[in-house]
Amino acid sequence: MKQHLLSAADLTRDEAVAVLDTAEQIEASLQGREVKKLPTLRGRTVVNLFFEDSTRTRISFELAAKRLSADVINFSAKGSSVSKGESLKDTALTLQAMGADAVVIRHGASGAPWQLASWVDGSVVNAGDGTHEHPTQALLDAFTMRKRTGRSMGQGLDGLRVTIVGDVLHSRVARSNVLLLETLGAEVTLVAPPTLLPVGVETWPCAHSYDLDAALPGADVVMMLRVQRERMNASYFPTEREYSRRYGLDAVRAATLEPAAIVMHPGPMNRGMEIAAEVADGPRSTIVEQVANGVSVRMAVLYLLLGGAA
Amino acid sequence: MSTKLIQQVRPLRGDPVDVLIEDGVITRIADTIVLQDVEVIDARGLIGLPGLVDLHTHLREPGREDAETIETGSRAAALGGYTAVHAMANTDPVADTAGVVEQVYNTGRQIGLVDVIPVGAVTVGLKGERLAELGAMADSAARVRMFSDDGMCVGDPGLMRRALEYVKAFDGVIAQHAEDSRLTVGAQMNESELSGRLGLTGWPAVAEESIIARDCLLAEHVGSRLHICHLSTAGSVEIVRWAKSRGVDVTAEVTPHHLLLTEELVATYDPLYKVNPPLRRGTDVDALRGALRDGTIDIVATDHAPHAVEDKECEWAYARPGMLGLQQALSIAILTLSDESGAVDWQRVAEVTSIRPARIARLDDHGIGFVEGAPANLTLVDPAQSTVVDPHALASKSHNTPYEGLEMPGRVMATLLRGEFTVRDGQAVK
Ligand SMILES: [Zn+2]
Repeated sequence: MKQHLLSAADLTRDEAVAVLDTAEQIEASLQGREVKKLPTLRGRTVVNLFFEDSTRTRISFELAAKRLSADVINFSAKGSSVSKGESLKDTALTLQAMGADAVVIRHGASGAPWQLASWVDGSVVNAGDGTHEHPTQALLDAFTMRKRTGRSMGQGLDGLRVTIVGDVLHSRVARSNVLLLETLGAEVTLVAPPTLLPVGVETWPCAHSYDLDAALPGADVVMMLRVQRERMNASYFPTEREYSRRYGLDAVRAATLEPAAIVMHPGPMNRGMEIAAEVADGPRSTIVEQVANGVSVRMAVLYLLLGGAA
Repeated sequence: MSTKLIQQVRPLRGDPVDVLIEDGVITRIADTIVLQDVEVIDARGLIGLPGLVDLHTHLREPGREDAETIETGSRAAALGGYTAVHAMANTDPVADTAGVVEQVYNTGRQIGLVDVIPVGAVTVGLKGERLAELGAMADSAARVRMFSDDGMCVGDPGLMRRALEYVKAFDGVIAQHAEDSRLTVGAQMNESELSGRLGLTGWPAVAEESIIARDCLLAEHVGSRLHICHLSTAGSVEIVRWAKSRGVDVTAEVTPHHLLLTEELVATYDPLYKVNPPLRRGTDVDALRGALRDGTIDIVATDHAPHAVEDKECEWAYARPGMLGLQQALSIAILTLSDESGAVDWQRVAEVTSIRPARIARLDDHGIGFVEGAPANLTLVDPAQSTVVDPHALASKSHNTPYEGLEMPGRVMATLLRGEFTVRDGQAVK
């Protein structure tokens, strides 16, 4: 694997499959162990550099690094003396001096991980940058899809029909998923009101539609994105009720899905807005699994960047 | 009493000539002038241009002297071949009163490297709410003729109309930063397929074009002079062409960077390339270059925007927009106005960098060139030399140039302000 994981587009098909395979091997080797820990990254230092609150992503990376026996430093820039603009470079120089082997960065500004990577020698993992990308989320989603559709080690997601619904414009999850799923052979359709699709989406390696009802029957996977209520105030859509009626996944709509189709959500959810509670908690939902898979996939990424082969 | 004899300089048209300068004024031009006891400048091989005039410079003083001062900016201007620069009003305090514009003007005079002509703010504090005292600024020692809220757009159409009308009393011009701010909320780069991929909020071309169209119609309606700052899109060119064909008294400028650089550079996330209006597509650059050649765009203006290191070496979203330009503008004008064989249309270079800007700003002592009786505000360029841009070798206090390592054609060997060297042998005199 390359030095950094900044974009889902950094991964070739072989590399992406290797991450999923490694995650599966790690899961298998931890199965039944009392101490869920591997000695692989003993003596290595992983820094979680979070400029934006995201407890679940931070904990997921922290667990992943600790289960590989790495030393973990959590550097929460939010609310500290670090304020916008004055210190990404200073922070980078500090991490450099501390000899961080890997820096996991979450940042509200698109592109910040690229800048960090130009200032430090260690590996940089993008844990979400602005409205741009979140590659490990895409990997854990792909991992979840591969498992739930009964595909095995070494396989991609060829022919899998994935529908991603909601605020694509502001979604780093959607951007990374489109790139990774295309690499793995899946067919992606983005569904959103036209105001929430990016300019130039027709050049992306996927289809797009404004009509959720038309997109559901053919889908193997439906991924619902979080919709922020602020978008309504900025006139991306008229009211919550209208959004929910046109683009929410309620029980009636979910019933039009193929029997084996699964429903995903990167969390945190607005129940009742983009997804109904009975769907979120129903048998199709992979939402809880996604969280568990996130740790395995992030272990695989850290392992491959810092320690392992492939 | 100082007398200088410039020997064998090539004016814009015709063969090399000798030029005699006495007390800051060109007194004689002839094939050969023979005189004893005068300072002689050998200008063989050099092109003589009227001293360059910039209508769009950010000098940061008062307020951000850590990024640039009138002195450092003046030196950069002189080295770039300028004899006059217009200092934009978005300083701190804003140049919206006679007091501030006179302060800027007088500081420039004392330094004496270039005429610093303040641009007055159109509205108080650049807030877009009430007209500033435009007449008081016009009547001040600074004789302000150009007014702009640059950095901000005069968005209210009623206020824009009044501003256009009001400055007719003293033959002023409103220079508009065309940006409908309701269409650029949170904007970070050109709105395009690339902005969608990079996850950066887009600044759509229509935000510029709709204001230009509106203001051209307003200028036509009230019969006033309008100047459009830093045109950046092919659509803007079309609108200006259309307005001129209707007889609207509109002029337009383009920056060096919009003539050379495209949005693809943003994919580096290097804030050196962050500028407002943003770098656009290759097709826009082509349209802007064509429009500068055919006269639809009247002039090149630098939008020289120095920024301190901490305002640029940070996250793209937090970085301030703007880049340096005073020391490269002439080279980029030369590049743009050369044909495939490399032959330069020097007349056109002079028009877009000096003659037209001086006329738009109503300066009667600049943009004249080699004319007997005219003030000796001149620039001598060696077309055979070029310069590789080194950010730290620039005279500006800041280093935010996007041109590092690029080879820039044509070297300014001398700049004269009222007959005195401000640049000699390619070096600033003071
Ligand atoms: Zn401007």
